[in-house]
Amino acid sequence: MATAVQPVVERENYLNSNYGIKSWLLTTDHKRIALLYLMSITAMFWLGGFFAMLIRLELLTPAGDLVTSDTYNKLFTMHGITMIFFFLIPSVPAVIGNFVIPLMIGAKDLAFPRLNLASWYIYMLGAGLALWGFLLGGVDTGWTFYTPFSTSYSNTHVVTVAVGVFIVGFSSIFTGLNFIVTIHRMRAPGLTWNRLPLFCWSNYAASLIMVLGTPVVAITLLLVAFERLFHIGVFNPQLGGDPLLFQHLFWFYSHPAVYIMILPGMGVISEVVTCYSRKRAFGYEFIALASIAIAVLGFLVWAHHMFVAGISMYSALVFSLLTYFVAIPSAVKVFNWTATMYKGSVRFDTPMLYAWGFIGLFTMGGLTGVFLASLGVDVHVTDTYFVVAHFHYVMVGGMVLAYLAGLHFWWPKITGRMYPEPPAKLSALLVFVGFNLTFFPQFILGYMGMPRRYHAYPPEFQVLNVLSTAGASVLAIGYILPMIYFLWSLRYGEDAGPNPWNAVGLEWMTPSPPPTHNFDETPVVTWEAYDYEHQPQEEITIGH
Amino acid sequence: MWKNFPLFPERASSLAGQVDGLYFFLVAVSAFFTILIFVTIFIFAIKYRREAHPNPSHIEGSLPLELTWTLIPLGICMIFFAWGSLIYFQEGRAPKGAMEIYAVGKQWMWKFEHETGQREINTLHVPLGRDVKMIMSSQDVIHSFYVPAFRIKQDVLPGRYTTTWFHPTKIGTYHLFCAEYCGTQHSGMIGEVVVMEPAAYQAWLVGGGAMASLSANGQQLFLQLGCATCHRTDTQGRGPMLAGLYGKQVQLDDGRSLVADENYIRESILNPGAKVVSGFKPIMPTYQGQVSEESLAALVQYIKSLSQPQPGEPAGNRASLQ
Repeated sequence: MATAVQPVVERENYLNSNYGIKSWLLTTDHKRIALLYLMSITAMFWLGGFFAMLIRLELLTPAGDLVTSDTYNKLFTMHGITMIFFFLIPSVPAVIGNFVIPLMIGAKDLAFPRLNLASWYIYMLGAGLALWGFLLGGVDTGWTFYTPFSTSYSNTHVVTVAVGVFIVGFSSIFTGLNFIVTIHRMRAPGLTWNRLPLFCWSNYAASLIMVLGTPVVAITLLLVAFERLFHIGVFNPQLGGDPLLFQHLFWFYSHPAVYIMILPGMGVISEVVTCYSRKRAFGYEFIALASIAIAVLGFLVWAHHMFVAGISMYSALVFSLLTYFVAIPSAVKVFNWTATMYKGSVRFDTPMLYAWGFIGLFTMGGLTGVFLASLGVDVHVTDTYFVVAHFHYVMVGGMVLAYLAGLHFWWPKITGRMYPEPPAKLSALLVFVGFNLTFFPQFILGYMGMPRRYHAYPPEFQVLNVLSTAGASVLAIGYILPMIYFLWSLRYGEDAGPNPWNAVGLEWMTPSPPPTHNFDETPVVTWEAYDYEHQPQEEITIGH
Repeated sequence: MWKNFPLFPERASSLAGQVDGLYFFLVAVSAFFTILIFVTIFIFAIKYRREAHPNPSHIEGSLPLELTWTLIPLGICMIFFAWGSLIYFQEGRAPKGAMEIYAVGKQWMWKFEHETGQREINTLHVPLGRDVKMIMSSQDVIHSFYVPAFRIKQDVLPGRYTTTWFHPTKIGTYHLFCAEYCGTQHSGMIGEVVVMEPAAYQAWLVGGGAMASLSANGQQLFLQLGCATCHRTDTQGRGPMLAGLYGKQVQLDDGRSLVADENYIRESILNPGAKVVSGFKPIMPTYQGQVSEESLAALVQYIKSLSQPQPGEPAGNRASLQ
């Protein structure tokens, strides 16, 4: 246990090069912008978590007795909107991607640093407007805004919140644009596409989706606003519109959006598994190409959200088939990560624990997606808690765990400090156990027939709901602990040094924290990705 | 034991067992792969931990392995796809001769109307052992008709009919849920489906006293609303003849042709300009706002009844709404 408490570094780095609020709010340094995002999305995560807590408390009893029906409907809507648009989508790209990608490719910054800052301001504007809508009284349409309920029947602040989401979409588009150009044009000499870290491949694929898909949901939300404000008939049949048109437009973005969420997380896992197995990624090309395949195929499956919506049986058949195709590249990645550990030299540091959690839980979540792709079963379980469990397995069990893995892995680089390993391991365990206890019972609830978005439910569903709420309490503790020890580490954490994990990668060849300009000289890359074979073995002694 | 901690609802329809069968197969295969991954990671983590295995081997990959773990999952998925699709297609096509019940979903209740005119709210009585087809629409927002014990679910839309069907196989009372979020009382839009012995169902049908059947109501409306003025029983009318229309191929004035089903009839009442029959002028006024969902159901049933085969006539092709 280290006991010396010293100032992190006397040497100049991106954190101490400039002081004052203006130097942060007007920064164009990708590393500072990443921290601005970290602040914002962490706040939104706690807000979304607060809504979740109220939901789970209400569901302890069959009767709707904690909050009114209208309030409950607003809670699940705001939980979904906050978590998806204001936490999950930006999480890995805007925080970890922004910080790490230029370092990983040997660049000074992203291609468009001012656009990067603008992205954050746009995020804040969108979040501000959505929060304003929540404060005014909230919105109760579900995060999916189905019509004609959202355009013609809801009495809540639909337009305000929808416009907030519309605005934050541009933050996403600009980040994606920035990443695409950066990865194409700013790689250090010698860093060819097939030496590129898989984290860059994954973010690149996610960026393609961000840029191509987000405009569709932007237009769709605008149409919802127009119908609501000006009674222009687009989606409401009473005005001559078609409710299914909304669903097609909405899901055309929102399905690829889930791949925007998971691909960067998968990128983190590739970095973590290789480092803590001290090995090349097994099947590097396959993992890289699988990312691109997921991005492309992800655009072809949207109507699997609509199998009982009133589409034709033949349409459903096609989308079911394509959905099976998109499942395969994810499975390939899981097998490749597992194989990377084979005959490796494995360490059990916290990032690796989260990575294992990810692989297990994402596998379960992905497999239950296969249940949903099967038409005959989907008819029974769609719109039930089975779907709720499925997407929480991939988004929380998968994505949030990947985000935590990445935060722990790169924390030393970002702050120059090590987080304390024992509470970190404990948190990982609590998150894993709490998560499973919260969401596994929901698969059973769903098959039993409990529909989703239900404020009150028949009494036979109570036992499983109580289990689920109990699990959520454990999960909450698992999330709170890192908040505490990460903050603690800023003052008391051990000095990290440039490469505490002895990892291969350009970002580990800079000081921790890096100087503003990242590299004194642009590195020249002459090695393959994850070239652990030629990385000298050193004992990792820090913090252990 | 399972009664107190059930893992699936009762099976009360002919297809429930098939859905469960596919589900259990999915569970078994998923459990297999999940355990495989968990155990493999566990074994690798222990066996190759740093203390025991300080020098990693430098393996890049294996094409045969990549092909194997791509093609085998793909093959298994195709089995899931085929099996699921077979069930879905069965669910999507009501057998001929199914009895029909109209359902109207509205915030926040279900209204049912049997062919014989019997009406109910939130409770649906059906006979054991008969095919029952639901013809459904919404008065306001999207709802969804979900009976877990039958393993069926179908969204109920405004502006359009959707259908589902089931064949009850077990006497009992089962949950009916609305499964598409529809506002404040979404979780209160709950009902029951009561499956009765056929004789008990017949008794229940006539129990409310004599009442006009749906199509008799429809005939009355047809006269009251003035439909008969243009849609005459001869060819002299300003509108097409409706006898024998249902299930028939119709030629439209823009060259399209379609088979007249419930949705076509409904649309022609509410938005007559959308599909004009070839050879006729687009002069029919719309009845949007003048007819409730119940009246529409009655009118549709009446017009369908004009295509019932007379005794001795062949049944012909009745392509009913699926």
